[in-house]
Amino acid sequence: MRSPSWFNVTSLALGFAFLYLPMLILIVYSFNGGRLVTVWAGFSTRWYAELLRNEAFLDAAWVTLRVALISSTLATILGVMAALALVRGGRFLGRTLFSGMIYAPLVMPEVITGLSLLLLFIAIGMDRGIGTIVLAHTTFSMCYVSVVVSARLASFDRSLEEAALDLGASPAETFRLVTLPIIAPAVISGWLLAFTLSLDDLVIASFTAGPSATTLPMKIFSSVRLGVTPEINALSTILIAVVTTGVIISSLISKQAIARKARDERRAAR
Amino acid sequence: MVNDTSFAPWTDPDAAPLIEFRGVSKRFGEFTAIDALDLKIYPREFFALLGPSGCGKTTLMRMLAGFETPTEGEILIDGQDIARVPPNKRPVNMMFQSYALFPHLSVRDNIAFGLKREGMEAAARDARVDEVMRMVQLGALGSRKPHQISGGQRQRVALARSLAKAPKLLLLDEPLGALDKKLREETQFELMEIQETTGTTFVIVTHDQEEAMTVASRVAVMREGRIVQVDMPERIYEAPNSVYVADFIGDVNLLKGRARQNGSGVIVDVADGVSLTAEGEAEGPVTYAVRPEKISISGERPEMPNAVRGKVIDIGYLGGSSTYHVELPSGHVVKAATANTRRVAARAFDWEDEVWLGWSDTAGLVLQR
Repeated sequence: MRSPSWFNVTSLALGFAFLYLPMLILIVYSFNGGRLVTVWAGFSTRWYAELLRNEAFLDAAWVTLRVALISSTLATILGVMAALALVRGGRFLGRTLFSGMIYAPLVMPEVITGLSLLLLFIAIGMDRGIGTIVLAHTTFSMCYVSVVVSARLASFDRSLEEAALDLGASPAETFRLVTLPIIAPAVISGWLLAFTLSLDDLVIASFTAGPSATTLPMKIFSSVRLGVTPEINALSTILIAVVTTGVIISSLISKQAIARKARDERRAAR
Repeated sequence: MVNDTSFAPWTDPDAAPLIEFRGVSKRFGEFTAIDALDLKIYPREFFALLGPSGCGKTTLMRMLAGFETPTEGEILIDGQDIARVPPNKRPVNMMFQSYALFPHLSVRDNIAFGLKREGMEAAARDARVDEVMRMVQLGALGSRKPHQISGGQRQRVALARSLAKAPKLLLLDEPLGALDKKLREETQFELMEIQETTGTTFVIVTHDQEEAMTVASRVAVMREGRIVQVDMPERIYEAPNSVYVADFIGDVNLLKGRARQNGSGVIVDVADGVSLTAEGEAEGPVTYAVRPEKISISGERPEMPNAVRGKVIDIGYLGGSSTYHVELPSGHVVKAATANTRRVAARAFDWEDEVWLGWSDTAGLVLQR
């Protein structure tokens, strides 16, 4: 193997530093014993303990988790239905308009989405709270799900569904027994995408949340305006740990699946 | 040959067809895929739909399976109009060109899929799966997934799956298209055997004329949404009803000319000094057709009703036989095929040799369209 040039090593180091140094500092200072964020006063886990006693943060975390779970599930159901209509529905009236509109939220500024939803909720006299955040998150994340799922459906061999029908399965059974298992990876990654989008959304939640419901990003944002506390660092570190674990697990699973498939195909070819 | 003379229900006017197309048309927008088609297919037949891509043969099959509905006309199975019956309610199963095996199910579960939908209980289902797996010689692959087996094995799984429900009618869409030549030929004979033992009516779609000739009891040659000729393979080959069929099936010499009646036969004037004879009746502009293997090649003028002289301009060596391209003084090139009973080094004729071609008047055909 060729040894990398100095230029490559330097640019790689600078790039990684640019991306990860802020997070590294955040993680290191979450274990700081002192109250001041920027002065090191010895290793301690006291801020993690403080965090667990902070009701406001725990409430916000619980709200965020519920919102993310419900909205990503709703978005997945609606997004899969939309993808099916777009890819499988044939040429129905207004198909082009519909397919254009489903992608609009992808490019719409979040401020506009948030503001328009806020105006809608006021107009119909809906009390703002967890329900309105869920609705808002479902609205903007379902188009991400439908993009991911329709890509998978477009590459789907149509004759698989025809074969199921031919063998006596009703259209509903065909969907449950053949279509869904085959597009499942796309549905799951669509759900994960919707879940993450909901988890870290600040702008839309700020517009649609009421006084009764505050999500974690909103809570962090408002606390930081009063000054960064080591507690926030601890909270952020936990979030980073959770996300990193999730990413590593999912990439390990898909890597194993690919390796197994390649091995099977080599064996079948022999 | 499967075409034993006793099995010919299409010659019996009282025989009840399994499938009947009555004036069926299918249009996709401006394009007419099937044009006012009438066709009867009888029980236990092995029926081949043959034609180039785009001739409508796949559309015809998809209408039988229920994936397309006819624009006009009716399709009867056992006397019942099924044009509006959805595919999952038809006594018809199909083997797909892509095999369409469910990738997330094992070989056994793929084969059992249709039986489960029928609500067959587990013990009977297992027995039936074992039975069809033995029929297609699928050994101990039941627990494998489709991507863990070879292409030839996948073809067998697809066949087993479509046979499992013992349908009245089995549709095969280019079933052997993805196999290599040797495996394809073996599988053709297995298909015929399975068709005979199960007594199922098979309809096969293919663009491979040799495959259609080998397996089928009758062949329908299609062109642009219409059936040009339906007949037994040997009749399609020996007595094509048109230039299109003659040219589509096998190799043929086609010579344009004018026909005149001469007693019980026909004389076709192809060029000055080239008049060919055939049986039958005809008048006016026609095409004279003769198969290369029916032409004999010799150094002396043969004692045959048709004899023409020419020069060898090309020799195609095919191993078992050779095709001689002979140019007549009129400029026509006639192909003659001979079996290579001797080694090539000892062949009697070579490039630029003057030779005589001869054939009987039963070998020639006069085609009026």
